[in-house]
Amino acid sequence: MSQEDKTTQQPAPQAKAPEKPSPAGKSAGLKGVLSAALIPTLSVFTALVIGAIIISASSPDVLAAWRNFFQDPLNALSVTWKLVHDAYLALFQGAFGNPSQIAAAFTQWRETGDTRPLLEAWRYFSESLVIATPYIFAGLAVALGFRGNMFNIGAEGQLFVGGLASAYVGYAIKGLPAYIHLPLALLAGILAGAIWGAIPGLLKARTGAHEVINTIMMNYISYRLTDYLLTGPMARPDKLPITPEIQPSAYLPSLFERPMRLHWGFFLALAMAAFLYWFLFKTTRGMEIRMVGLNPNAARTAGVRISFIMVLTMALSGGLAGLAGANQILGVDHRLARAFSSGYGFDSIALALLGKSHPVGVVLASLLFGFLRGGAARMQSVAGVPVEIIRIIQGMVIVFVAAPAIIRSLYRLKAVREEEAVLQRGWS
Amino acid sequence: MVEELTLAQKQQLNRRRWIIGAIVLFMAALILQFGLGSGGSKSTFVLSSQRTGVNIPAPDLVLPTDVTLYSMAALVGLAGVWQTLRGFKRDTVVILVSVSVLTAAFLVWATEDKSLNLTGMLVSSVVRATPIAMAALAGIYSERSGVVNIGIEGMMTMGAFMAVVFASITGNLWVGVIAGVLAGMVMGWLHGVLSIKYKVNQIVSGTGIIILALGITSYLQRAVLNLNPELNQPGPVISAVAIPGVWRIPVLGPVLFNQSPLIYLMIVLLVVTHVLLYYTRWGLRVRSVGEHPKAADTLGINVFRLRYISVLLSGAIAGLGGAYMSIGAAGRFNEGMVAGKGFLGLAAMIFGNWNPGGAFFGSLIFGFFDSWQEKISILQVGIPVDLLGMAPYIATMIVLAGFIGRARMPAADGTPYEKE
Repeated sequence: MSQEDKTTQQPAPQAKAPEKPSPAGKSAGLKGVLSAALIPTLSVFTALVIGAIIISASSPDVLAAWRNFFQDPLNALSVTWKLVHDAYLALFQGAFGNPSQIAAAFTQWRETGDTRPLLEAWRYFSESLVIATPYIFAGLAVALGFRGNMFNIGAEGQLFVGGLASAYVGYAIKGLPAYIHLPLALLAGILAGAIWGAIPGLLKARTGAHEVINTIMMNYISYRLTDYLLTGPMARPDKLPITPEIQPSAYLPSLFERPMRLHWGFFLALAMAAFLYWFLFKTTRGMEIRMVGLNPNAARTAGVRISFIMVLTMALSGGLAGLAGANQILGVDHRLARAFSSGYGFDSIALALLGKSHPVGVVLASLLFGFLRGGAARMQSVAGVPVEIIRIIQGMVIVFVAAPAIIRSLYRLKAVREEEAVLQRGWS
Repeated sequence: MVEELTLAQKQQLNRRRWIIGAIVLFMAALILQFGLGSGGSKSTFVLSSQRTGVNIPAPDLVLPTDVTLYSMAALVGLAGVWQTLRGFKRDTVVILVSVSVLTAAFLVWATEDKSLNLTGMLVSSVVRATPIAMAALAGIYSERSGVVNIGIEGMMTMGAFMAVVFASITGNLWVGVIAGVLAGMVMGWLHGVLSIKYKVNQIVSGTGIIILALGITSYLQRAVLNLNPELNQPGPVISAVAIPGVWRIPVLGPVLFNQSPLIYLMIVLLVVTHVLLYYTRWGLRVRSVGEHPKAADTLGINVFRLRYISVLLSGAIAGLGGAYMSIGAAGRFNEGMVAGKGFLGLAAMIFGNWNPGGAFFGSLIFGFFDSWQEKISILQVGIPVDLLGMAPYIATMIVLAGFIGRARMPAADGTPYEKE
């Protein structure tokens, strides 16, 4: 725990906003940011390299070529290189779009004023941002939990109930103007997630039952609840396990026309990150949460009501995760089907770790995961590499970020001391 | 120490007494509610077993629904009144008994004018409890030495996957079991390296292991197993072995003595673990490392080595649990087939106060609730299947809330040891 990577100048997250900004402080801050980004960057890079090895090792063509290595070593290498190159090129293009296509579309737009090819060319980039949006909400949720010494593994379940609540408000209430209906639907998602999160918080505060197990149990309960609601009370009139389509007045509006799906939820997510930053580092409540996270005993001595803060942390965290679900329903899917989340809640743990539980870090990590996941879809269709490779890469990123000593010894970096990360140990 | 209670403490104790009393009374009212309107009907519990073509006869247990429910309500109601007025010394036991009676009452109510094969339900409970008990044992080994192991779920997934692949390749199920155990050990080793050597936060490391294991297995399933389906065909599951002499005993025979050898192995492991932990020098050392590593180190015990061994054993048993789920029960590997069994095992471990026996008892409870979804849905009591399926998870939360206050975890659980 004591050996992580940040220089002494690097402001620890809680001191990130210096009270008196000075030119010197600024440059130290920049250096700090760079050195703080070093390990995550190298972790992602290393994970991608190992991912390439796994992709090659699980391809029959590559294995066949390597079996004939001694007859034709060049062929083995070139087959491997081609597979990895194709896969990662598709990953890149799926994440950001094809640069030459973008350039061509831009020229065409300059000449003819036709925006359609431009939208088409930017589609992949927009899609990555659409994927990153729920990641930002859910990542912030877990990060907030970490700050308050609560390990919220239940973001997935909170996301589901948030989605359920906002979908219900979205389709059941009709005839409201958008400026009332949309906030109402978002609020329903937040509230449902907050309640779902507050239950484990309350159980921990009251009985000491560990939130890790309870949030996981709440996840399973929420899956069952979704199954139940989708096969009965909330099913479409034709009895398919999907909710009816929500009213257009509850849509999170799109920024562009189709096929770009980017919607205002992305900016709402950025706003939530800014809000969380302000809340955690500029308000008394936020400081109380961080006090409980750093040293509950000291916080108790200082007069912080630990139980209340525990419940509050989990409720806020659950609310953010619920917002991730609401965002997905109101901005992208417009109806709720069984598998609407596909693991955003679990990935968010990785995001909070990767972003060092800091709102800015979480946003950056979410963008990274959005690009990875956006690109993975294209990688599967073009290069035939299953999207699940992304989960291996994510798992390795967690391991490397959590154990920077591995990365440091791999790249012969100097060890630097750092304050203890804001995380908890053990069961109580 | 009793006479030293302050007024505030007394008030707190009184409040706890009343709250528990109210909960118990509420349960009594619930049972009474079941009983109302069930005049004259009978609930039939079948005790004979028809498994694997052999009929082990036993007389049916036929209960008059209303009388049974009324007497159950009276029993719980009396306990509730006593708890409210005077208070039981061990109030968690009262809750446990009341919940058990409530569950039994629910079964009696659900089988009104119908019949339910109780022996079959118990057999299925033991079958479903087995992976949970293995996960709990895995947790005990690791946590008794002071390493929180939340990655058991991932180790089980890895074990389940490797067991299927190697059993399919070699055509020998026991090779598969060994492969599953080894796969679990590799993941355990990874957890050890991260949390013991690199002193990574143990919960973070465990989470990483879960994500990694789920990622690797789902990737390999998509990239390898789906293209080579013969790798996911380990053949028929490990068949049950009847223990001669006792397997024909009614009820007990089918439940305990005609099961998969892996279930016997689990029971043997339980006993061995108990003996190891409490009656050998090694067990004493493991426990001392989990309680006070510095003191143990001072006495010349190699803390790091003991923790590594414990985490490796933990991984091995988790891998065994995974192998049981895939080639011992399901007959193939499915993505996400472990479905929270590792976490249920951890809850069972906490329920059992980090003791093998108690953890096994906890696993049986979870196994029972896990099995009742399919059994109750056959009875068609009008409760949706999905809501019944929440039972094991809600039971876990109730158990944790009721018992964690009583449980005492190893003192150094979750703290990396740093030699000075």
